[in-house]
Amino acid sequence: MKTDIILCGVGGQGILSIATVIGEAAMHENLYIKQAEVHGMSQRGGDVQSNLRISSDPISSDLIALGAADVIISMEPMEALRYLPYLSKEGWIITSSKPFVNIPNYPDVETVMADLNKVKNVIILDIEKLAQDNAIPRSANVILLGAAQKALNIEYDKLENAIRRVFGRKGDAVVEANLKALAIGKEAQR
Amino acid sequence: MRKLLLGDEAIAQGALDAGLSGVYAYPGTPSTEITEYIQNSKLAVERNVHRRWCCNEKTAMEAALGMSFMGKRALVCMKHVGLNVCADPFVNSGMTGVNGGLVVLVADDPSMHSSQDEQDSRFYGKFAMIPTLEPSTQQEAYDMMEMAYALSEEVCLPVLMRVTTRMAHSRAVVEVKETPRAENELNYNAQASHWVLLPGNARRRNVTVTGQQADLERRAVESEYNKYVDGPDHKMGIIATGIAYNYLMECYPDGCPYPVLKISQYPMPKELINRMTAECDEVLIAEEGQPFVEDLVRGVMPGNAVIKGRLTGELPRTGELSPDAIKRALGIEVCEGYASCDDVAPRPPALCQGCGHRDVYTALNEVLKDYPNARVFGDIGCYTLGFMPPFKAIHSCVDMGASITMAKGASDAGQWPAVAIIGDSTFTHSGMTGLLDAINENANITVIISDNLTTGMTGGQDSAGTGKFEDICRGLGLSDEHLKVVVPLPKNMPEITKVMREEIEYRGTSVIIPRRECMQTLQRHLKQKKAQEAKQ
Ligand SMILES: Cc1ncc(C[n+]2csc(CCOP(=O)(O)OP(=O)(O)O)c2C)c(N)n1
Ligand code: SF4
Repeated sequence: MKTDIILCGVGGQGILSIATVIGEAAMHENLYIKQAEVHGMSQRGGDVQSNLRISSDPISSDLIALGAADVIISMEPMEALRYLPYLSKEGWIITSSKPFVNIPNYPDVETVMADLNKVKNVIILDIEKLAQDNAIPRSANVILLGAAQKALNIEYDKLENAIRRVFGRKGDAVVEANLKALAIGKEAQR
Repeated sequence: MRKLLLGDEAIAQGALDAGLSGVYAYPGTPSTEITEYIQNSKLAVERNVHRRWCCNEKTAMEAALGMSFMGKRALVCMKHVGLNVCADPFVNSGMTGVNGGLVVLVADDPSMHSSQDEQDSRFYGKFAMIPTLEPSTQQEAYDMMEMAYALSEEVCLPVLMRVTTRMAHSRAVVEVKETPRAENELNYNAQASHWVLLPGNARRRNVTVTGQQADLERRAVESEYNKYVDGPDHKMGIIATGIAYNYLMECYPDGCPYPVLKISQYPMPKELINRMTAECDEVLIAEEGQPFVEDLVRGVMPGNAVIKGRLTGELPRTGELSPDAIKRALGIEVCEGYASCDDVAPRPPALCQGCGHRDVYTALNEVLKDYPNARVFGDIGCYTLGFMPPFKAIHSCVDMGASITMAKGASDAGQWPAVAIIGDSTFTHSGMTGLLDAINENANITVIISDNLTTGMTGGQDSAGTGKFEDICRGLGLSDEHLKVVVPLPKNMPEITKVMREEIEYRGTSVIIPRRECMQTLQRHLKQKKAQEAKQ
C-alpha cells in the first residue's frame, strides 16, 4: 500500500497532532514513513502544510509530487483548495467547513464551498460544532481523521489503537474523547 | 531500536550516541530542534552534556572549539546565515585543526521558508578546506554523525555537515543504537604550534592542511555515502547530491536507466565525476541549493560531456528542488492533478493577537506621524513582521544586529529621526557592540529594544540577556536619563508615545525598552503552572 497525504490549515490549528496519530499507526504496522513538516516563520497565523507519506515499500522523496496526493486533510476550507494541484483526480478532500478569517481578502465563503464541491471526492464537516455537541471540544481535529479513515487506507481499529498509544499518557478521559471523535468522523464517511 | 525522528532529531541522537560532550548553538530555523532534542534528552541530562543556548553563533563556535581542544566531542548548530556570523572562528578552526571531534552542523533554507537568503554552506566547507557531509536520508544523518566524529578525530579537522529544510524538518523511521558510545576523556593533547595562529605557525599549518586535501578527496571517492551506480543508457548520467538524490529515485521506482552518482561527502570525488563525464554524452546535475557541484564540474574548460543543471535552465536556477522539478529536467511527464484554484488568497504570517510588538508599532506609528522623514531600521525576529500591513513600520531588515548600526550610519549621514527596533535576543546576539559604537559617539539615534523575555521567532527559547538589559545599557555608558522602560499595552499608549517623542527629540543616543512577555511563552508558562498545581 502507499498513501500520500497533505495535512494543511492555518498556523496554530494543530495539524501535526493528526499526523502524529497516523504516523503512530503506520509505525506500528512497520510501514515506511516520510513526513515533511513546517516549522518557523509560517507558523504565526500563516498557511501551513505537512506532506505525510506512508507505504509498505521504501519511500524516496520527502515531498509529494503534483497530482499524486491521495488525501488532503484540512483544518480550514480555503486551505484545502490551496493544494488542489497536488490532489490526484481520484483523491479525497476531508476538510473542516469553518473558515479562519485572519486576512482582509478572504474569498466569499460560498465560492469556497462551491469550489470544494467541484472536487469528485470531498467530505466537508463542521468539526467544531460536532465537537461541541458531543462535549469533546478539544478533539475536533480527530473527527477529521475519522472521516479520512477509508481514504487513508488504514484500518479503523489500527487508528483506534494509535490513539490509545499517543494519548495514553494524558489519561483515560483524553483517550475516550479522541476515540469518540474518531467514531463521529467515521460515521460521516460516505 | 526504531524511532520516528525529524532529520534534526536524528542528528541530535546520532551526536549523543557518538559520545557528545557539548552542543553549542544559537536558535535558527531549520536547525533549532537539534539543540532542543539534546536539551530534552535523558542521556544528555545524566551525562551533563553542555546544552544551554549561546549568545550567538560565534560564541557557540568558539566554545565548541575550546571543548574540542580539551579532547572532547562537541557539536555546533546553526542556520545557514549563522555561519556568516561565525565565519572567522569557523574558517580558522580549519587552520588550527581539532583534538576531540568537532562537527559543525549548518541547516540551509533553500526557497527561504524562514530566512533572508538561500546561501549554500557547502561553499564554506570548500573555503575552509574541511570535509563536508550532506546526508540524503534521516538514517544517513544519524549514521553520519558517528562517522563524522571519527573522521574529525582521524584527520584532526572539524567536519561540516550541511542539511537543508526538507531534511531537517522531515520525519522518518530511523534505526538507532541501543548503547551510546562513552564520552572522550579530558585529554589536552597540546599542539601549541597549530593552535596559536601566529603568521609563522599559520604558514606551516597551511601547508599541512592543503597537503591533506588529496587524502580528504580519496576518502570522498571511497566513502560509503558516495556511490556510482552504472545504468544501461549512457546517453545521460545524473549526479544527485544530498536530498536531490531522493527526488531522482522517486522518478524511477524500478531503477534508473542512466548511470547515477550520488554525492553526500566532499571534497568533490573527482575520480567518480570524471568517470561519468567520460562515459556519458550528457550529465544532469541535481543539487539542493546553489549550483555548487555544477559550477565546479562545468569549470571553464570545454569537456567531452554536456553539463546540464541549474545553470542551463533544465532545473530552476533558485529555490528548492521537488520531485516535479526533477521530472521536468528528465523529460518525464508531470502528473496532472486538479487545476489550481483562483479563489485562494495568500495568508502571510502575522504578529500574534495581543503581542507586545503590536503595541510598540502602534505607538511608534502614532508618534512618527509627526515626523514624515523618519527612517526605522528593523532587525530580525517576530517584530520584522511590522513591515506588513497594518503597521508597515520598518524600512530595512538585513542581518541580526544591523538595526542599531545602520541607524547610526544613517544618522552619521545626516538622517533624523533614525530609529532602530531590535528584539531582546537579537540585541544580545549582536546589537550590544553596535550600541557601544553609538554611545561612544553619542549618535543621534533612538533604539527600541522590544523585550518579550524570549527568542520568539524560533519558538520561545531562553534569551541570553533576560533581566539584564538596563544593566547592559548602563554598562555600555548610557545615562539613566535616556534609558526608559515601558509596558507595551494599549492602555499605556499615552505614556509610551510621550516617551518615544521625548527620546526622538533628544539629540543623542537613547534606548527605550518596551517589556512584556511573548503571548506564546506566556500561555506555555501558564499551562506549566497549572500542571504543576494539579500535581501538588
Ligand atoms: C545569524 C542568525 N542567527 C539566527 C537567526 C534566526 N532567528 C531569526 S529571528 C530570531 C530570534 C529573534 O529573537 P528576538 O530578537 O528576541 O525577537 P522575537 O522574535 O522574540 O520578537 C532568530 C534566532 C537569524 N536570522 N540569523
Ligand atoms: S510568538 Fe510571541 S513575539 Fe512572536 S508574534 Fe507571537 S506573541 Fe509576538
